[in-house]
Amino acid sequence: MQEVTDVKKPGGAPRRGALSIREVTKIYDPEGVNVMAVDNCSMEVAPGEFCMIVGPSGCGKTTLLNAIAGFHSTTTGEIRLDGELLCGPGKPMAEQGADRIVVFQQGALFPWKTLAENVAYGPMVQGVISKKGALEKAREMLAEAGLGEFGDKYPGEVSSGMARRAEIVRALINNPRVLLLDEPYRAMDALTKAIMHQALLEMYDRTKVTMFFITHDLEEAIFLGDRVYVLTTRPCRLKKVVDVKIARPRNYEVLTSEQFRLLVEETKDAVYEEAIKAFQSGERELA
Amino acid sequence: MAGVAQVSRRMTVANPRRSFLRKTFGKSELWRGVIAIVVFLCFWEIGARSEKLFGYAFPYFGLLPPPTDVALAWSKVLVKWGYWESWYQSFQRVLLGFIAAQIVGIPFGLLLAVNRYFREIFFPPFEVLRPIPPLAWVPASLIFWPTNELSIAFVTFLGAFFTIVINVLGGARTIDVRFLRAAQSMGASQWDLFWRIVLPGTLPSIFTGAAVGMGITWEVVVAAEMISGGGTQGSGGLGFFIWNSYMGGSLPQIVVGMISIGIAGYLSSSAIRMIGNRAMPWRHLF
Repeated sequence: MQEVTDVKKPGGAPRRGALSIREVTKIYDPEGVNVMAVDNCSMEVAPGEFCMIVGPSGCGKTTLLNAIAGFHSTTTGEIRLDGELLCGPGKPMAEQGADRIVVFQQGALFPWKTLAENVAYGPMVQGVISKKGALEKAREMLAEAGLGEFGDKYPGEVSSGMARRAEIVRALINNPRVLLLDEPYRAMDALTKAIMHQALLEMYDRTKVTMFFITHDLEEAIFLGDRVYVLTTRPCRLKKVVDVKIARPRNYEVLTSEQFRLLVEETKDAVYEEAIKAFQSGERELA
Repeated sequence: MAGVAQVSRRMTVANPRRSFLRKTFGKSELWRGVIAIVVFLCFWEIGARSEKLFGYAFPYFGLLPPPTDVALAWSKVLVKWGYWESWYQSFQRVLLGFIAAQIVGIPFGLLLAVNRYFREIFFPPFEVLRPIPPLAWVPASLIFWPTNELSIAFVTFLGAFFTIVINVLGGARTIDVRFLRAAQSMGASQWDLFWRIVLPGTLPSIFTGAAVGMGITWEVVVAAEMISGGGTQGSGGLGFFIWNSYMGGSLPQIVVGMISIGIAGYLSSSAIRMIGNRAMPWRHLF
């Protein structure tokens, strides 16, 4: 269908990670009652795009992410990554693979491994590199992310912010086509969040990996993203797409700029409308 | 912050011996514990001697041998070979049953956790056998096993086995699905999932099961020794030591046996804690 997108960006690395979601519908069927979580949702994510998905809690954003990651099946529609079919007609569930790594809401660093061992996990189990080599590479990447001296610490010994950063490093070491982030900074205070954003943007600017970032925080979405997809409350549909043309690299000064304010203004009605609908319907959230 | 940490580290490095002493004896918890035990012993001593002291025996307390008599009885048996033989016997039985229970119980529990068919077949009979108290197995195992020694070991094995399996199963089943998904999406094979995720994720439960199981094996071994008895003098273990003292009417020596078992149990669980800390360096933090 669509060609493999491997466009050479001037001065950049070959770009990959074009994610195309076409008319995806997902119906859950708990106890015979059909619950539609995603309804005919389509989006085209360009290679290397920082794509933000905004929607009220429990709207089905995570369902979409789970379908891409291969944790859940879809009912109809198809999802392609660089033109390759992940799931679609006749193949309801995508295979899990190291080209799509998930960063979970509550964090999923293995508590029994040090940060360096955690980061080295992917290359090690894939058998592409020796254990020693994987650990060296892991330390290198941790150092690049400013976590060099914490390689021998266990996740329980470092702050949640550092753990989350290490988790993103653990994802990036696999050189994924797309990074799937499921509200990774949800439980953090505003200040920690700001620092995390800065670190994430640095990592993004370095790697230019496609980001599929789920959040319910509109400001976060506009600050980080190239494009913001606003979704409706359940069943989730695409409501509005906003292009964020703020230049990169970005820093926190963006937050007080006129351009930022205007973008928030432009988007907030759509987001709040859905949030209120979600609140009033009072439905239990689906994971 | 970093400055403060460095300063305090330097201080402990400068004088390790003194800091060790301070660490051990400078703690108020330690002294509170010591004082509590001393007060308890005094109370016991006075209570046990109440008839002589006040002409009136305190209820229950007045029947006990005073701690000084117990200490005297202890000092007498300490030099006897039979007493240490009892220790050795009981420890041997506990370790035999306990280690066998670990070797069988951990893989069995893990299999129950990871394989649905295995669970569906073996869990129901397991659950029927589990509520049977280990001591209820004593007569049957005396008949079933050729030697006394084997039947005692078998009963202690049962005492630990069920607890270990239930803990391993529970621990492995409650590993967060995020860890499994994360590992799988990074390309972990089933083998990797088992060795690098399920097993380390279950270790805390394995050690909880071991600690509880060790307690139960001591309970069981003592009771089993009392029932089966000892052939020749001093080969019946600590349980038989108590029973023998009871038959001989030596009240202080009964208490000596009881405290000996307390110490033996404490040593056993300390050993498990130590191994656990070694095996799970990340757990010091919690």
